[in-house]
Amino acid sequence: MRAGQSHTKYFMRSLRKNRIAYVYAASVAVLLLSLLLGILLGSTKTSLSDMLSAIARGDHSSPAARILIYVRLPRVLGGLICGMALAVSGAVIQATLANRLASPSIIGVNAGAGLAVALCSAFGIIGGWRLSLLSFFGAFMTVMLVSIAAKKWGASRGTVILLGVALNAFLGAVTDTVTTFVPEIGIINNEFKVGDFSSVTYQKVIPAAIAIVIAVIILQTLSNELDLLTLGDENAQGLGLNTGVMRVVFLMLSAVLAGAAVSVCGLLSFVGLLVPHAVRRIASAESKHLIPLSAISGAAFVTLCDTLSRVLFAPYELPVGINMAFLGAPFFVFILIKGKGGHRNA
Amino acid sequence: MLELKNISLCYGKKTVLDGITACFEKGKLTSIIGVNGCGKTTLLRSALGMLPLARGEITLDGRDLRSMSRNEIARKLAYLPQGKSTPDMTVEKMVLHGRFPYLSYPRRYSGSDRELARAAMQTVGITDLAHEPLSTLSGGMRQNAYIAMALAQDTDYILLDEPTTYLDISHQLDLMKLLRTLTSDGKGIVTVMHDLPMALKFSDELLVMDNGKVMMQAKPSEICNTSIIKDVFDVRIESLGDGRYCYSSSDVASR
Repeated sequence: MRAGQSHTKYFMRSLRKNRIAYVYAASVAVLLLSLLLGILLGSTKTSLSDMLSAIARGDHSSPAARILIYVRLPRVLGGLICGMALAVSGAVIQATLANRLASPSIIGVNAGAGLAVALCSAFGIIGGWRLSLLSFFGAFMTVMLVSIAAKKWGASRGTVILLGVALNAFLGAVTDTVTTFVPEIGIINNEFKVGDFSSVTYQKVIPAAIAIVIAVIILQTLSNELDLLTLGDENAQGLGLNTGVMRVVFLMLSAVLAGAAVSVCGLLSFVGLLVPHAVRRIASAESKHLIPLSAISGAAFVTLCDTLSRVLFAPYELPVGINMAFLGAPFFVFILIKGKGGHRNA
Repeated sequence: MLELKNISLCYGKKTVLDGITACFEKGKLTSIIGVNGCGKTTLLRSALGMLPLARGEITLDGRDLRSMSRNEIARKLAYLPQGKSTPDMTVEKMVLHGRFPYLSYPRRYSGSDRELARAAMQTVGITDLAHEPLSTLSGGMRQNAYIAMALAQDTDYILLDEPTTYLDISHQLDLMKLLRTLTSDGKGIVTVMHDLPMALKFSDELLVMDNGKVMMQAKPSEICNTSIIKDVFDVRIESLGDGRYCYSSSDVASR
């Protein structure tokens, strides 16, 4: 009996240990598949061989090559980096504020970036480094405001969320005011509010992609520090961590991620909340795995949803944010109920 | 030796520590006792260099604590605060984070870090829980995991804030025995205690605090020969001989 028990225990352990490896393999596979689908599928039927042979011939002006280079590639790239950025940003904000309900869209970080993007558009900045930078600035101001308020007033976890929600509403209202008075801003429309990749250009994607990749790499090297913050401030300080400084560093990096993503795809919500939670439930909550797995699965999820939104009702397009809510919400509920036997104290 | 030399500390206008002088030695278990709100936790936190002093200095083996970096301090002093979160990680991973002060580039724990973490878990007796998530552990086992983390930190001193709170009596005794073992292994243990008989039985020295001041630092037997416990706590302690103590039965009955 005892032997049987220990055998079962051993089996569970090895499953738990290998489970993370399986999740890595599965999420990479899904990501590759979704990138491939994103390139292959669209409202115009173009085969991969058409596109590749046009490029091989050096015929960059043929419709097939143009679709690949100017439509599909930037769009897939946009989905890839935005999914990655928002998922990682959510994971980091949740750990830093010690609050599982937090995410860039819920505590107003996206809205701050959104306001900056709206103001940029009103002044004619629709791409490039200036847009990414100002968008980051909007996100950073919001996240700092929330965290300083939380610290200054010793606000409880619930209050921090409420503060963020209030800030979110306020910033949204300011954004709406800007778009009402400057209606010629093309991008600030319904698509921007729910998140959409139809207006993605290289001009927008490249600076954002660089910022996002750098931020994710820095975050990965700081994974132990992020873990320490989840031990609580006193423990972390006892281990020699400067919690005040590290918290600002983490919030800054999560603002870089959210700001860059918003400058590309608008106010895409949900992914920052859903993906990190799913990763925690299915694989691991340790930052060493949480950050890369959130990055991979966030990228896969957004790319897949964006491809679906292009082909489902072609030639009409459903903004990706709507699609994500359709797919994501039931999946999220499923994970919450089923994940890891329900003994986690989420 | 960890020495507090005439330190004072204020929160705003309120003086929380008032001219405290104390000294903690390696290989000794010192308990800090005092009524609620007398500044015990603040004393512990300032001894770790976490709080800015209004006056006085703290030296560790002759070095001013303020001249040391956070990492340097964390390699000498480990801290177990009273309020602990339950992070979403396995026991092994948390214990491994005890090696954080030694982490250099690349920011990864080495084989010897893992070895030390394993040894720490063995000392505390939680090796078979290594792969369990902390959230599934009982309070006593979780406390042991935190102690293993402090051991992995490989410090000369461990400072604990009310480590026996929330533990049942047998786990309290196990914990005190463990602290004794660590003391005889040469570590300096400083712990805030509420249970006076237990503090008297297991400590080498007691530091009695009242209202931000140190009233006395002495051996248990010396403490019992004075009226200090009665003065500070308004109870009397009786010695049962062979190093055991209990509350005076008349005091308990009169409440």
